[in-house]
Amino acid sequence: MSPTTVHVDQQPAATALRSKDLLGIADLTPDEINLILDTADVMKEVGSRPIKKVPALRGKTVVNLFFEPSTRTRTSFEIAEKRLSADTLNIAIATSSVVKGETLADTALNLEAMQPDMIVLRHSSSGACHLLSRICRSAIINAGDGMHEHPTQALLDAFTIRERKKQLKGLKVAIIGDLLHSRVLRSNILLLTKMGADVWVCGPPTMMPTDVRRFGVSATSNVEQAVRDADVIMMLRIQLERMEGAYFPSLREYFNVFGMTEARMTLAKPDVMIMHPGPMNRGVEIASEVADGPYSVILDQVANGVAVRMAVLYLLAGGAEHEEAA
Amino acid sequence: MKRLLKGGRVVDPANGIDGVRDILIDGERIARVGLNLPFDAATVVEIADGLVICPGFIDMHVHLREPGQEHKETVATGTASAVAGGFTAVACMPNTNPVNDDANVTTYMHPTKTAILLRRALEYAAMFGMPVIEHCEDPSLKGDGVVHEGYWAASLGLRGMPGACEALGVERGVLLAELTGSAFHVAHMSARASLRAVRRAKEAGIRVTCEVAPHHFTLTDEALAAPIAYDTNTKMNPPLREAADRDAMLDGIADGSVDAIATDHAPHHYDEKKVEYDRAPFGIVGLETAVPLSLDRLVHAGRIRLSRMVELLSVNPARILNVPGGSLSEGAPADITIIAPDVKVKIDAGKLRSRSKNTPFDGWELRGGVAATIVGGRPLYVNADTRLAL
Repeated sequence: MSPTTVHVDQQPAATALRSKDLLGIADLTPDEINLILDTADVMKEVGSRPIKKVPALRGKTVVNLFFEPSTRTRTSFEIAEKRLSADTLNIAIATSSVVKGETLADTALNLEAMQPDMIVLRHSSSGACHLLSRICRSAIINAGDGMHEHPTQALLDAFTIRERKKQLKGLKVAIIGDLLHSRVLRSNILLLTKMGADVWVCGPPTMMPTDVRRFGVSATSNVEQAVRDADVIMMLRIQLERMEGAYFPSLREYFNVFGMTEARMTLAKPDVMIMHPGPMNRGVEIASEVADGPYSVILDQVANGVAVRMAVLYLLAGGAEHEEAA
Repeated sequence: MKRLLKGGRVVDPANGIDGVRDILIDGERIARVGLNLPFDAATVVEIADGLVICPGFIDMHVHLREPGQEHKETVATGTASAVAGGFTAVACMPNTNPVNDDANVTTYMHPTKTAILLRRALEYAAMFGMPVIEHCEDPSLKGDGVVHEGYWAASLGLRGMPGACEALGVERGVLLAELTGSAFHVAHMSARASLRAVRRAKEAGIRVTCEVAPHHFTLTDEALAAPIAYDTNTKMNPPLREAADRDAMLDGIADGSVDAIATDHAPHHYDEKKVEYDRAPFGIVGLETAVPLSLDRLVHAGRIRLSRMVELLSVNPARILNVPGGSLSEGAPADITIIAPDVKVKIDAGKLRSRSKNTPFDGWELRGGVAATIVGGRPLYVNADTRLAL
């Protein structure tokens, strides 16, 4: 039996997702993760066709409800929805009635009254998707909630790694940056540890989450230790406003201590992959030579995001069963 | 009018009584306490086996919201909730609008900004024989924290405030109590480092007392994730802390370091709680769950005796606040709580007397509850499940 087909719980491979929502990686089993990634393989092929459209979500209405600015994620979801023939609707905070003081729950219930099938939610509060999930009939897809999770980002990261390395199990993955405020980190830790990767997290002690080792990862503030023999290096964005919180003395100091440079990269495996969820701060967490260099898969991540989100939308809509009914 | 409570177990630690006694209530006061008291033309109330007569419970820390926020609670609904919870007196915190400062207690709802302000308050309050009650917290360490800083905060992506945030405020209060010789009371203590500071201060003879809320000796921050993730009824300040802190509160209650149980009853309308976790207000209702939780988690769990529970809920709050009550002495006001330590209680948020229903204990089944609450000789609450005819 090859390592890729070993399932920890020895259950038959999943053919559908158990939950109506995708609130986080925390709720997914390894089988469900594999199901999403396998489905994304098929979806990626759709994106390479001259006519990039399939009727899988015909007649389904998807609302993209974004309470935080987002270009990459919102666009990626919208393209994914359109390639699946869903009817899509974008609501951004500036055009919504939230400015008039409506609560999130009321906004969601008003949308629900118009019978959408899915709501893709991006919100600055951790747990906002859980709130909606409790009061909405529609499937809720978490497109990033506060500092909690960003599950489709972790799935597209896993898809990108799997594409190159064939499997996740046993890989050393170093995640470096602002660990405290990062929803990308949380989702990636959950996914990668579920899939058997050797996960290292690295950042200044001021940005280390409490009890981080309880998440099943190794933690260090020594970037060389994290990078050494790594198969994958994932850089996290340093938000410039963190400077005010005295998390580190200066951006220049941060780059000197933690920034990913070509010199540091040489400590990793020769076929290392350099990843970044974007948007990048060139010269802060990553040198341009690394971001634009031959080991960077940063634009592959963006490309794969569409396929992975198509897979999630498709599976939550009921997958093949829904297609037959339609 | 006279009432004779006949044949019940009386637990009155202030008078060293734990045994069967009769109590004769004449009007608003306790006329006599003794064995086989004559009927004396009184209405006789037979106290069934299993019920226990205690001096009225006093909740040192309650938010009644009136005036200004009557949609959360009014004096009427708040006191109805109090008597249903077995409390014959409550100390109202002054965070109302306008400020309700009638109570003869100097209380700081928010941490005093500077040490000099706290020092002056301690000096001034001593003139009235009052302690300064403080919500101990270092504002810069709290930052924009909404939960305890620990594994669950990290897991759920919620901003944390460490136990040290509270303990810093406790340490400051202890130092200033020592400096001034005045009494300092730590409100709703939750962190093990705070308890350590209180213990050391008491050993040094400094006049420091503290209270713990039932949710802090019952729940941990694990409740943030389950059974309902991000349930805003798990959000209060100080926050639910990790198991080591919860266990320290239980130890402090058992060994006498903790002086009182107070609920920090903080009603909020469901509209205010049905929002994103970090936007929800802090606080839960507590008046009607305190006695069942204390009996179930402290007495039946074997951590304390019933008499110690009465000290925590009645004797010590009266002593700390320097108010009448805390005993069943002859001539004292007839403020009496009758408890049913073995009655089965199922918490039903929808049936709480409080106007607000924000409790994390909805659906909990507990052993022990309130049978009746008598305030100034008048029975203001009788629990139908205990078949007590008052």
